[in-house]
Amino acid sequence: MMQTRSKKNAWLAFLAVLAFLALIFVLDQIIKPTDRLGMLLIVLQKGAVYALAAVSMNLLNGYTGLFSLGHAGFMLLGAYTYAIFTIPDKSRDAVYQYYDAAVRFSIPEQLSRHMGGFGTALGILIALILAGAVAALLAWLIGLPVLRLKSDYLAIATLGFAEIIRALFQWSKLGPITNGSNLLKNFARASKFKLEIAGAKLSLSTFVPVLIATVSITLIVLIVNSTYGRAFKAIRDDEIAAEAMGINLAKHKMIAFVTSSFFAGVSGATLAMVLSIAQANNFKSAMTYEILLMVVLGGIGSITGSVIGSFLFVAASEWWLRGLDSGKFLGIEAPNIFRNGFRLVVFSVIIMIVVLFFRQGIMGEKELPDLFRKKKKTPAKEAES
Amino acid sequence: MSEQKKILAVEHVTMQFGGVVAVNDLSMEVREGEIVAIIGPNGAGKTTAFNVITGVYAPTNGRVYFDGDCVVENHPHGKMKKSYLGEHADLYKLVKEPTPDQLTKLGMARTFQNIRLWKSMTVFDNILVAKHLKRSSNLFSAAFRFNRAEEEKNRREVLELLKIVGLEEVKDELATSLPYGKQRRLEIARALATHPKLLLLDEPAAGMNPQETQELTQFIGQIRKDFDVSIVLIEHHMDLVMDISDRIYVLDFGRLIAQGVPEEIRANEKVIDAYLGVVDDAEN
Amino acid sequence: MNVLKTTLPYIISGISVGGQYALIAIGYTMVYGILRLINFAHGDVFMVAGLMMVYLAASLPLYLAIPLVILLTVLLGFTIERVAYKPLRTAPRMSVMISAIGVSYLLQNLALYITGGLNKNYPQIPWISDRISIFGMETSRVTVITPFLTIILVIVLVQLINHTKIGMAMRAVSRDFETSQLMGIQINRVISATFIIGTFLAAVGSILFFTNYPGVVPTSGAMPGLKAFVAAVFGGIGSIPGAVIGAFIIGVAESVIKGLDTILVVNGVISEQIGLATFSDAFTFVLLIIILVFKPTGLFGEKSTDKV
Repeated sequence: MMQTRSKKNAWLAFLAVLAFLALIFVLDQIIKPTDRLGMLLIVLQKGAVYALAAVSMNLLNGYTGLFSLGHAGFMLLGAYTYAIFTIPDKSRDAVYQYYDAAVRFSIPEQLSRHMGGFGTALGILIALILAGAVAALLAWLIGLPVLRLKSDYLAIATLGFAEIIRALFQWSKLGPITNGSNLLKNFARASKFKLEIAGAKLSLSTFVPVLIATVSITLIVLIVNSTYGRAFKAIRDDEIAAEAMGINLAKHKMIAFVTSSFFAGVSGATLAMVLSIAQANNFKSAMTYEILLMVVLGGIGSITGSVIGSFLFVAASEWWLRGLDSGKFLGIEAPNIFRNGFRLVVFSVIIMIVVLFFRQGIMGEKELPDLFRKKKKTPAKEAES
Repeated sequence: MSEQKKILAVEHVTMQFGGVVAVNDLSMEVREGEIVAIIGPNGAGKTTAFNVITGVYAPTNGRVYFDGDCVVENHPHGKMKKSYLGEHADLYKLVKEPTPDQLTKLGMARTFQNIRLWKSMTVFDNILVAKHLKRSSNLFSAAFRFNRAEEEKNRREVLELLKIVGLEEVKDELATSLPYGKQRRLEIARALATHPKLLLLDEPAAGMNPQETQELTQFIGQIRKDFDVSIVLIEHHMDLVMDISDRIYVLDFGRLIAQGVPEEIRANEKVIDAYLGVVDDAEN
Repeated sequence: MNVLKTTLPYIISGISVGGQYALIAIGYTMVYGILRLINFAHGDVFMVAGLMMVYLAASLPLYLAIPLVILLTVLLGFTIERVAYKPLRTAPRMSVMISAIGVSYLLQNLALYITGGLNKNYPQIPWISDRISIFGMETSRVTVITPFLTIILVIVLVQLINHTKIGMAMRAVSRDFETSQLMGIQINRVISATFIIGTFLAAVGSILFFTNYPGVVPTSGAMPGLKAFVAAVFGGIGSIPGAVIGAFIIGVAESVIKGLDTILVVNGVISEQIGLATFSDAFTFVLLIIILVFKPTGLFGEKSTDKV
């Protein structure tokens, strides 16, 4: 009976996700970016990117108990890898103004020559996977020395690695690849994604980032609920017991770190796709801190929590609290107080309140389906006894 | 009895921390199917010996054989070469320091003095995790559920194990919400789930009342029969130890001071002295 | 000789920067020693001290502004501990660290709001901002004063810790938090004292640091803060002399790397600038990772073992 129930739940979850994606697709068509509700699209795009970043961080910090602060660095790697391999031939020299571009190969463009529109899509997918793979490869190299370190030392060492990567990508000698401290642009970006069916052009600029995030988060959920996910939790709860029960700590920490970094790389690539630019200077430790705060807001150890936390974070800071920056909020006009930057102050106060007084965050360690399940379970239990 | 194969043999193991020799030249063995107890006053080095056997600490000197193979070996080297206070410094040449999980894979499993269950997991999941080491899946096949058959087999086995140890009805509770005695039982069940050949129990009856201790004694006896394991246990409850052990080793200040069957130990004067304490001056 | 001549100016300015980092690093190392907390907000407190100076010096004479800045900074450090860390005393360490990151985020956003994100010019402090010439090179007086002032402050601090009652309590608490509590040491007083000393030194450090820089922006504290923390880890966290030595090493390394292109070009090792200055910040972290891999407890740190 347990089997059938979990199968049913899996189907329900699958259908819910499908319905959500369909809704996004429809929104993408009916809302124009210039509309009053255009902000919603931006929130959905950025929210999806940060949701993936937060969930991948949660896999490491929340589920495996490894406090790593290198996320921005891995996102940077993903963003650059994606950007470099999708800049079309004709724009390359304009992008690399001061350097002689070393990578002269756009994956989507090459594939589209043979396969048309499908080739473009496939090329973007390959570039995304490559973005994740580069981040994962570096995580593996970094992981060898730093994963042996204890909690705070790991945090500071990973933070340091992110800073080293950022400096390296801005180094003029690497300019032919990274464009030095100048930004990368004109690569395959979300605002240009269109689907042509029978002459009608359908916008995919919100749908694609949301789809990437959904698929990636689903993969993370599958990992978390597998035997490996349980091993990660065992390491978090009690490392010594986990090792005594035959879990190879070095190996499993590495798996968690590399997997988390892979998805961080994908989220970085998606961020570049959404923002239409990639610049090393945007991937500072402040970005890691913001993602961490999203995880905390949603509840450390809850994946749906991280998703909700990210969307709330993005919506609040980009949209709902906008009025705090522009003179008028909730009908109150006070241009002297509600001026540039006030939104972020209010926002950080809210976050401090969550950190101090609602330490469980929105979801604690629960997942969204748990909330529905609880209600049904109680009467069933009474009936049993 | 002596024809029985040795499952564990400890040879001249010394464990030195800085200038303190916690275990000094310990040699002991466990044969297949035996229950062996290590006893001794507090601070005698029993848990340290356990930690050496299970790979938590690498010994300063000595060897550990498991199931016929040498699995741990060390000799004083590096900085320790000069400051070594123990014996047999030149007996061994190799350094073999496996991590605990490697030894668990070979068939050793242990419990802890201060219970170490995974606190955010249910009773069921605590045991299910112990099945992880025998997996045939990798990250991808596990994520995409290609290991479904194995997973279902594991779940069935866990359920069966829970029935045997009498924790079936609390399987969905959080492990840490169980009463103390059941947590101990769960920890033993978790160790059994790794299919060990040798089970090491570190003070399984600590903090139990006489009735719980009685139940535990029966439980350990039942485990030996049902699971075909050899057992080493550290224990302070003498009733339990005398009742259940085939042989006993006695440690005091890191040294082995006596060994033998329960009757011999009961009558051994050195052991009595170690427990009651002897005033050195009075003797001299 | 030529090598020395080209390198010396960078070494001297490096020693000065190192002294400023040392003053921040002590705050990190003391707080870590007692609470096992990386106080991520410490660098931002340092930045706020800089901003307060900008605003106070605009309306008050310097001899009032300087003490007032120090006083207010200390008050800020004290308040942060009471509001953001004290309620989490029994929480997991990760929660406290997250709270520290939250405070850092708040302070930076607050600074952004107040300054409007603009660069605020740091006031000229007479005498210490003056240009002087030593060994035939031009530099400001503060560069020369900083290392000496740092050493004096450190000596006073070490005396304080070794010979006063509160210093003894600090040492006891950093050795064993729970036992000290059982022995009747008032933990909260000790922790507050630690934060007061730490922020006092950071305030002094900020005056010395910003005098040499054109201005203060909301993120001014982040990098010096991180570097000072790395210095503390490098020297062995919890050890004050360790933090100071670590800070000087990092300061000199950073400064020399900033000028490494020039040094190498002048000495004919390379023929053109290769932009190594980009790595002046990153090198700090390279040092950090090297020390963590080879001696995880830092130069002067003590080893600790886990009990099973």
